[in-house]
Amino acid sequence: MIRLAPVAAIAALVGPVAFGLAGAALPAFGWLPTLGGDSLSLDPWRDLLGQPGLLRSVLVSFASGLVTTALALAVVFLFLAGAGNSRLYGWIRRAVSPLLSVPHAAAAFGIAYLIAPSGLVARWLSPWATGWERPPDLLIVHDAFGLSMMAGLVVKEIPFLLLMSLAALPQVDPVRRIAVARSLGYRPVVAWFKAVAPSLYPLIRLPVYAVIAFSSSVVDVALILGPTNPPTLAVQIIRWFNDPDLEMRFLASAGAILQLGVTLAAMAVWWLGELIVARLGRFWIARGGRSLADGMLRRAGSALMLLAIGLAALSLLTLALNSVAGLWRFPEALPDGLSFAKWMRAAPTILPVLGETLAIGGLATLVSLVLVAAALENEVRRGRPSGPVAMRILYLPLIVPQIAFLFGVVMAAELAGFRPGFMLVVAGHVVFVLPYVYLSFAEAYRRYDPRWIMLARTLGSGRNGAFWRVRLPMLLAPCLTAAAIGLAVSVGQYLPTQLLGAGRVATVTTEAVSLAAGGSRRLIGVWALVQAVLPVLGFALALGIPRLLFRNRRAMGEVAA
Amino acid sequence: MRKIMGTVIAVLTMTCGAFAADPDPKDWKSVIEVARGQTVYWNAWGGDPRINDLIAWAGNRVEEAYGVKVVQVKLNDTAEAVSRVVAEKAAGTLSGGAVDLIWINGENFASMKRNGLLFGPWSEDIPNFALTRPDDNPGVRQDFTVPVDGLEAPWGKAQIVFYHDTARLPDPPKSVPAMLEWAKANPGRLTYPLPPDFLGSTFLKQVLLTLAEDTAPLYKPAAESDFAKVTAPLWTWLDAIHPHLFRQGRSFPANGTEMRNLVADGELSIGFTFDPADASSAIANGELPDSVRTYVLEGGTIGNVHFVAIPFNAAHKEGAMVLANFLLSPEAQARKQDPAIWGSATVLAVDSLAPADKALFDALDLGVATLKPEELGRFLPEPHPSWMERIEAEWAERYTRK
Repeated sequence: MIRLAPVAAIAALVGPVAFGLAGAALPAFGWLPTLGGDSLSLDPWRDLLGQPGLLRSVLVSFASGLVTTALALAVVFLFLAGAGNSRLYGWIRRAVSPLLSVPHAAAAFGIAYLIAPSGLVARWLSPWATGWERPPDLLIVHDAFGLSMMAGLVVKEIPFLLLMSLAALPQVDPVRRIAVARSLGYRPVVAWFKAVAPSLYPLIRLPVYAVIAFSSSVVDVALILGPTNPPTLAVQIIRWFNDPDLEMRFLASAGAILQLGVTLAAMAVWWLGELIVARLGRFWIARGGRSLADGMLRRAGSALMLLAIGLAALSLLTLALNSVAGLWRFPEALPDGLSFAKWMRAAPTILPVLGETLAIGGLATLVSLVLVAAALENEVRRGRPSGPVAMRILYLPLIVPQIAFLFGVVMAAELAGFRPGFMLVVAGHVVFVLPYVYLSFAEAYRRYDPRWIMLARTLGSGRNGAFWRVRLPMLLAPCLTAAAIGLAVSVGQYLPTQLLGAGRVATVTTEAVSLAAGGSRRLIGVWALVQAVLPVLGFALALGIPRLLFRNRRAMGEVAA
Repeated sequence: MRKIMGTVIAVLTMTCGAFAADPDPKDWKSVIEVARGQTVYWNAWGGDPRINDLIAWAGNRVEEAYGVKVVQVKLNDTAEAVSRVVAEKAAGTLSGGAVDLIWINGENFASMKRNGLLFGPWSEDIPNFALTRPDDNPGVRQDFTVPVDGLEAPWGKAQIVFYHDTARLPDPPKSVPAMLEWAKANPGRLTYPLPPDFLGSTFLKQVLLTLAEDTAPLYKPAAESDFAKVTAPLWTWLDAIHPHLFRQGRSFPANGTEMRNLVADGELSIGFTFDPADASSAIANGELPDSVRTYVLEGGTIGNVHFVAIPFNAAHKEGAMVLANFLLSPEAQARKQDPAIWGSATVLAVDSLAPADKALFDALDLGVATLKPEELGRFLPEPHPSWMERIEAEWAERYTRK
């Protein structure tokens, strides 16, 4: 049974991507018999190229993938280089998981309400500093180059890359490397960049590519903060796909393949960049410079990290304020009055949706957790750790743009007789939840001292008994953390829920995004806040349950941590 | 033996049930019987929380009264539902489809009717349809000049009204040419939702109807006239006004609700809506300041009726009809017209209702910012839907940034 687990996990990841890409590629070349397309042709591509504004959509998507990733990575590296073991470092280390769990859509809403011409920042500065009695006519949110969209993405990708770097750092032993470099006279920041960064980067390369893929093809953030006329390529594809004229499906499929190409092109450019940076870096290291504006870089790293976290925190505050605001005219800094009317009014709608969100997230996480634990247990029993190939498969659904293969999945599922609905949504979420659960759980699983199991076996426990009665209880804390991450990932999924549920499966994310285009700001505040709080509750439980269970077993807490 | 026969009959009935013939709305009693226990997936635009609340209320009432559960599938654009039905037909799903009822009118209705995607005729046979007095009220039998033919039931009436904050702008421009002059003097304070949003597209038609030399071709299919010549005044006007619009015409609000938020923030001075009571309703909700008032343009504004339709392959046609019938009841229509709830005008002939029902409407407080029916001015009928499609495509071609 357990030997099948890795196979099942791989099938769960590769299957949808492969079928999905095939399901998008065939119609892109005119082949979709149910719609009367029974011969291959280039017509969809001709139609696609004739769409007004296509080039701009493509360029914004492409730039977003590269700029977002470069900025986020720069901030994370500067921070790690400069923060050392300061108090800030410890504090941010703890804050990073909850921050990561704030869904993209909620953060994007908050940022939109923060930086819009009528947003919180402009209100706080008006009219005393700016002289504005009315909001200025400035194109900030929805700007044509997607700058505010990229800003929103950077704020969300920083915690992701930071978490991945923090997980990888112990493998490169930064403390001793820096000690050696410092003893040779290198200033701290330069020491980090010359001695630690070159070994750290290869370890977080896949997450970096996942960030490129995500930010070049994201839908929900682009709807909330991105350009509108034309929108990004991914948003445009959704519009084509939803067009009542079915001929547009061919065009949309071609668009999905184009999206794949755009993302791959962004990755290729990044890869070239890596080569150049590596070449220059080697020269820079060999030259032996000991110092490079060290103090300034250190302060910049901390300041940028604080800015990103401050933005995220302020955006949540803005959401909270909006959700309880009465009439709130510009430039008043605070609403006229506070009222919980929207909360009361939304409560009857929120509760069932919350239930569905938790059911989907819970099921998807459970399935992923079982598969991951079985695969890891199999790995440990056979003494064969998974190689780089397995890691690449794991990242497959994160690196192929969602929009490129999900349409194909819908079409393939319809052909196979699966109706869009709850179960299909759960299955779809597993594809995206499983990699994160694996990444989060695997490290703790492998670090677990094998002598505990040997001891259990010598005391007469079977292999399964040792797993259930020794390993699992001792790994309860990381297991729950993995579950909390899985739940957070599931809660944040917009496109898979929307497409695989045919709009009939509502989660807090789909509800919030459906209000995005102009629902009342108060109500969006309510929904986005619910959406943001849900994963945080998951993390609180993940921290609290082991403490509660092991309150009389201090040593268990130590092993588990 | 008897047991086996029983099973066989049960199986046969079940199979027959699955392939049941389409319901007959004339036999209303059996419609209600079959409907009990069904869940109706109502695909309706979900961008306005007040409308969503009304839909949730109607769902609760129908569940209490008829045992029909209603789930709103919240759409960003009605075209999504049309697309879903089309896809189902293409995939061979001829019964048991995912969409039971669609809130619809105009080009989406025209396209579904043309492609044979609608169930019916049914709408003239549901009991409450007679309350609209269709013979005196021809609007409920025509949708953007396309005959309804019993394929959709009317739900509400809409007419474009403009609104402005009297505290910031006491004297708004009251005609299309005046708007251009006003925008030149007050840059950045006027805009319209991004077409193909229905309100944005309607604004384009409003401009065209006011500026066109001859509006007669607009009421016939677009293919029958010279599109470029008929629409030329619209493009000239748009070219002139775009640099003076909100964000210099580089970005547009996604829909009417976002435009309303922008008016509330003071970013815009003028907004417009399809619900004459929208402004009053927003004032009551604390979403607009109470100094906002509505007005209409000289020469009239576009109006239309919106409907609910049932796809040909809907899984729960009976439940959908029961719901459509309830939506036409005086109770539901009066609640819908209440500005504190939504404020969308009724399609019922209120004067000929039973006194108790009429009282429901008389009791409504239409709110400070709502024009009385006689103040709404001339009602311009919608052009033929083919114009909308052509205008939207031409707009995208001209004004999408390349």
